[in-house]
Amino acid sequence: MGKQYRSTSEKIFDVFNYVFLALFGLMAVLPFIFVISGSFATDAEITKRAVFLIPKTFSLDAYKFIFSTDTIMRSIGVSIYVTVIGTIVNLFFTVTMAYPMARRNLMGRNMILNLVIFTMLFGGGMIPTYLVIRELHLLDTLNSLILPGAISAFNLIIVKNFFQELPPGLEEAAKIDGCNELSLLWKIVLPLSKPVLATFTLFYAVGHWNNFFSALLYINDPSKWPLQVMLRQIVMLSQSAGDMSSMDPTFVQPPEQSIKMAVIVVGTIPILCVYPFLQKHFAKGVLLGSIKG
Amino acid sequence: MSKQALKDNRETRWKRLKRDKWLYILLLPGLLYFLIFKYVPMWGILLAFKNYQPFIGFWKSEWVGVEHFKVFFQNPDFFMLLRNTLILSLYNLIFFFPAPIILALLLNEIRRAIFKRTIQTLIYVPHFISMVIVASLTYVFLTTEGGMVNEFLYAFTGRKIDFLASPDWFRPLIILQTIWKECGWGTIIFLAALAGVDVEQYEAAIVDGASRWRQLWHITLPSIRSTIVILLILRMGTILDNGFEQIYLMMNALNREVAEVFDTYVYALGITQGAFSYSTAVGLFKSVIGVILVLGSNWLAKKSGESGLY
Repeated sequence: MGKQYRSTSEKIFDVFNYVFLALFGLMAVLPFIFVISGSFATDAEITKRAVFLIPKTFSLDAYKFIFSTDTIMRSIGVSIYVTVIGTIVNLFFTVTMAYPMARRNLMGRNMILNLVIFTMLFGGGMIPTYLVIRELHLLDTLNSLILPGAISAFNLIIVKNFFQELPPGLEEAAKIDGCNELSLLWKIVLPLSKPVLATFTLFYAVGHWNNFFSALLYINDPSKWPLQVMLRQIVMLSQSAGDMSSMDPTFVQPPEQSIKMAVIVVGTIPILCVYPFLQKHFAKGVLLGSIKG
Repeated sequence: MSKQALKDNRETRWKRLKRDKWLYILLLPGLLYFLIFKYVPMWGILLAFKNYQPFIGFWKSEWVGVEHFKVFFQNPDFFMLLRNTLILSLYNLIFFFPAPIILALLLNEIRRAIFKRTIQTLIYVPHFISMVIVASLTYVFLTTEGGMVNEFLYAFTGRKIDFLASPDWFRPLIILQTIWKECGWGTIIFLAALAGVDVEQYEAAIVDGASRWRQLWHITLPSIRSTIVILLILRMGTILDNGFEQIYLMMNALNREVAEVFDTYVYALGITQGAFSYSTAVGLFKSVIGVILVLGSNWLAKKSGESGLY
C-alpha cells in the first residue's frame, strides 16, 4: 500500500507487530537452539547455569556415548529402515490405487471411492485393529510399523485428483503410440506428477520418522524399538544410565542431561534436513487438500 | 429392459472389465489394504458385544449383548473420561482455536515480504516435529532437576514448581504444547483466504478515509469469516478426540485424574491389561459419538452455506 500517511497509533501498532512476530518466530526454534547447545556442553556446566547459548566447554561426550551405544544405534537403524521401506510401500500402494481411481470411466469407481471415504469417517478402533495385526502375526515385526498405514485415505484422494487433472488427450496419444496402461503410468503419468509425488514422499517419510503410536502398540521387543520410543525411554522415563549399562557392557557413565539433549537432537535432525525441501511444497499440498473434487 | 438389451449390457460390462484389466490389477494391492486393515477391524467391533476370551477364540466366545456398555456407563471412570475430554476440548477451543487466526491477521499486516516469509518459515517448523520430541523438550525444560524453567524460578522466587507431576498444570501444558506445535501451521489456510481478498476494496476504503482498524473490521475479517466458520464447525466433529500421543506422553500416575481420556483408557485396559471386549466397547462408544458429531457438524456447515466436506 506504499507510502501513505500513518497515524501515531498505527506506527505504534506496526512496531509492536514486528516485535511480537519476531518473538513468536524465535519461540518456534529457540528450544532447539538451547537443546543443541546443551547437547555439546558438559553436565557440570548444565547444572551450574541453566541457560546458555554457547557452551563454554565444548564437549562431544554425549554424541560419543550415543554412537557407541548399541541400543540407541539399533533404534536409529530401525527408524531409518522403517522410513525408507515404509515410504516406498506408501508410494507404491498410493499410486497404484490412485491411478485407476482417476479414470472416470472405470466400472465400480464410485463404489471404491465410497469404500475409501467411509474409512475416513469410521474405523474399527484400536483394539480390533490390534487383534487383526496379532492374527496376522505381525506383532513385534517391523512390518507392523509399515503395512497397517500403507495408504492414507486422505493422500490417496489428493493424488487421485491430481491424476484426474492431467489432460485426457495424453492418454489417447500414448495409446495410439502403442503404450499399454502400465507403460502409460510409468512413462507419462508419473514423470508429469513429480511435484505431487515429491510432496507425498516427504510427508510419508516425516510420518514414519515421527511415528510413535504404532510402535507403542505393536512392538514389545526393545531391540526393535524405533528411535521415538527409545527417546521416550531415555528422556521421560529416565532410563539412560543404569538400564543401558546392563544392556551394554562397554558402557561408561556419561553426563546425564546432555545425553537427553543429544538424543532429542538426533531425533530431530532428519526433519530439519528435509524441511527446506518440504517447505517448497507443503503450502500447495495443504491447499490441494482443502479443495475437494 | 428387454432380454437383448440385458445381454448387450452384460457383454459391454465384460468388455469393459477386459479392456481395463490392467487397471483392476493395479487396484488390487490398495483394495486388499483397505479390506484387511480397515474393514476386517470394523467387523471386529462385534467383540464389544461378546465376552472375548483369547483361548476360546472369536467364534466360540459367548454373546453378552450390551453388558459391557452397561458396566462402562455405571463406572465412575465414565464421568472422569467424559469430563477430562470435554474440558480439554473446551480449553482448546477457547485458547488454541483463535490463535492461528490472530497470528495470520498480524502476519497479514506485515508489508516487508522478506520478514513475513522468514517468520512463516520459522513458525511452520514445530508442526513437523514428533509429539515425542515436543514432550521431551517439555520434560527437559520443566524438570525440577536442573530444568531451565525451574532454575529460573528458583533464582527469582527460591521455589520450584513440579509442572510435570501436578494436576493443575496438566491442561495448561497440553494447550501450550498445542499452540507451540500447531499455531503457525494453522495460519496457512487463513493466509490463503486473506490473499484472496480484493485489493481494490482496501484502496476504496483508504479513499474513504478508513483507518487500518476500520479496514480490518469491515474488509479483512468479513472476508475470512466463512473460513473461520467452517473450521469452527468441523472442530465440533472432533470434540472427543484429544490426540492420544500427546496425552499419553504427558500423563503420569500423579496427574491421571485430569489426564485420562477415552483413547488412553482404551489403550490401558485393552492393550496392557487384555480386557479386549470391554475396551472395544469403550472405543465403539467413542467412535459412534464421533461419527454423529462429524456428520452433524458437516450438516451444519452445509446449512450455513459452506460446501462441507462430504
